Amino acid sequence: MEILLQQIVNGLVQGSVYALVALGYTMVYGILGLINFAHGEVVMIGAMIALTVLQILLAAAFAPVLAVLFSLLAAMAVCMALGYGIERIAYRPLRNAPRLAPLITAIGVSIVLQNLAMMIWGREYHSFPLPFSSTSHQLGGAIVNDVQVAIVVIALLIMSALMWLVHRTRLGRAMRAVAENPAAAALMGVDINRVISATFMLGSALAAIAGFMVSANYGIVHYYMGFMLGLKAFTAAVLGGIGNLRGAMLGGVLLGLIESLGAGYIGDLTGGFLGSNYQDVFAFFVLIAVLILRPSGLLGEKLAERA
Amino acid sequence: MSINKSALLVAFGIALAGCGKSETASNPASAPAGELVIKIGAAAPLTGPQAHIGKDNENGTRMAIDDANARGVTIGGKKAHFELLSEDDQTDPKTATIVAQKLVDAKVNGVIGHLNSGTTIPASAIYFKNGIPQISPSATAVRYTAQGYKTAFRVMSNDAQQGKALGEFAARVLGAKQIAVIDDRTAYGQGLADEFVKSAEANGAKIIVREYTTDKAVDFTAVLTSIKGKQPDLLFFGGMDPQGVPMIKQLRALGVKTQFMMGDGGYTPKLIELAGAAAEGAYASLPGVPLDNMPSGRDFAKRYEERFHQPIQLYAPYCYDAVNVMIAAMQKAGSAEPEKYLPEIGKTEMDGVTAKIAFDEKGDIKGGAVTVYQVGQGKWHAVQTMGGAPAAKP
Repeated sequence: MEILLQQIVNGLVQGSVYALVALGYTMVYGILGLINFAHGEVVMIGAMIALTVLQILLAAAFAPVLAVLFSLLAAMAVCMALGYGIERIAYRPLRNAPRLAPLITAIGVSIVLQNLAMMIWGREYHSFPLPFSSTSHQLGGAIVNDVQVAIVVIALLIMSALMWLVHRTRLGRAMRAVAENPAAAALMGVDINRVISATFMLGSALAAIAGFMVSANYGIVHYYMGFMLGLKAFTAAVLGGIGNLRGAMLGGVLLGLIESLGAGYIGDLTGGFLGSNYQDVFAFFVLIAVLILRPSGLLGEKLAERA
Repeated sequence: MSINKSALLVAFGIALAGCGKSETASNPASAPAGELVIKIGAAAPLTGPQAHIGKDNENGTRMAIDDANARGVTIGGKKAHFELLSEDDQTDPKTATIVAQKLVDAKVNGVIGHLNSGTTIPASAIYFKNGIPQISPSATAVRYTAQGYKTAFRVMSNDAQQGKALGEFAARVLGAKQIAVIDDRTAYGQGLADEFVKSAEANGAKIIVREYTTDKAVDFTAVLTSIKGKQPDLLFFGGMDPQGVPMIKQLRALGVKTQFMMGDGGYTPKLIELAGAAAEGAYASLPGVPLDNMPSGRDFAKRYEERFHQPIQLYAPYCYDAVNVMIAAMQKAGSAEPEKYLPEIGKTEMDGVTAKIAFDEKGDIKGGAVTVYQVGQGKWHAVQTMGGAPAAKP
């Protein structure tokens, strides 16, 4: 029982991070019909910036709380600029090109960012200097530490804030309008370019927060960390129904739970025939199953093919 | 305008290609005419999760080559100039065969590499076919030298020697009765874990969990939670430090107090730096006797740190030895032609920085002492040197 509870806690923490990153994929897809494969690298850049700023501030003897806050804000600012830049350079010139073209530039941007990070921050693993000691708590037999609690709570807060932004503000209305029909939205006086830029910046800010969370949780930062996380989050977005915000959140949490419970129990269930090395396989098995059985995802609506 | 643009693109491409090249050619300008130019190939992952260890290998190789050029080596009466051709195999077996072919096409005289067993084994077939001598500084899978390739050597004990020592240490010295084993399903991790299991069982321990992961994973909470429920005395991980660090951190975060042990892939300063307090008490092994106990080991470590501004990660001293074995064989043969100096490698008798180096008929290092280390107060300490001759007890 304790073990089951612990696996659920593990899954929730992992799932919250997937959900935050998945939101970035789904927002961009919802508006442009484009898979921004560079999104995982934006998470990595966010983690790297947070690392550097945190190191500088801690060396300058800043108060720990301020140092964490400033490094997070700096990471968000840099990632927003990066998201804006990526869209301007790699996607906007190709907006009317065949669908494959922006997909290729997306992969190109991803490789460029990865190698850039390798040149700037080096090939080695960096230790993430979180200035708090994260105490562990017993929760009905499961062990949870402060960082993990913070991850789940902050992820929930951010997702609610995002829902509010999309459904209750002017920008949100513009975003929904562009998603539904860009041409009509433009005719109604919506500045499409501004809305798309804002979407990229918003998604990138979420990516920066996710990057901070992953680094704080694992305690290590590496230029390669965005790749797998990006793929998992993409899977989560598809699972929930890509283009659908609630779907991305649901998909993220579900994927975290599936991975954690699956990897935790498959060894016992199959008598050691299959092992926990299938953890990553679960994610992609789920992706394939969803694509075959319910291509629009759990919460996705059947949409006509975009023009 | 569009012509300008494409011209710019081409120029950019050339510039990029130039960047790639600058890393492979090591000071080619300083080879005056009349000198014998000898190309030493090196292959290791320079990108990806193990890039820091791969770069360390390249550094060790580069240092040996620069030392040889500085001290002036004559081969067959001609002054020799050594050049380094370093390639990135990305820890990928497929890429490894591509870069192996690339090195063969560049007519290297010998190869130092690869880093991982999973890349070394497929690449070794290509070097063998072309008669290029290959010394791996770090591939430990038994199969590498068991394929009957007379071009394949290694300056590191193999998994059978290392797994045997570790299993014995776990069961006899630490008295572990119930053992959990995880490996990363690479040729190295799996091979080492298999040998460890054999040896631990032979020494009276019971393997209660056998789990697997990959060499790219970072989250192990699921499998560790499942292991927690089975309460083993010791957890052995066959893999490298990029997985070892998060694994031990998550193990301790879950409140599991079981002993933790890795092979040579875990014996890095990074493991301690990154895992911090969680690393305390962890065990790892390294073939050979401690560097501090070798006459030239301490001097090598000092010069390495001065030159590269970082501590040795893992295999740099083995790369250094591997290059020197190759150069000594060339000198003895009086030629850098692969077919001429290859027989001399097998006859090597040399005091390296890592160990006394001599090969058996398969190309494995003779003796093969293995030292077990433990983390205490944020540092690796040698606990016991097992096997090998002469066994030095630190």
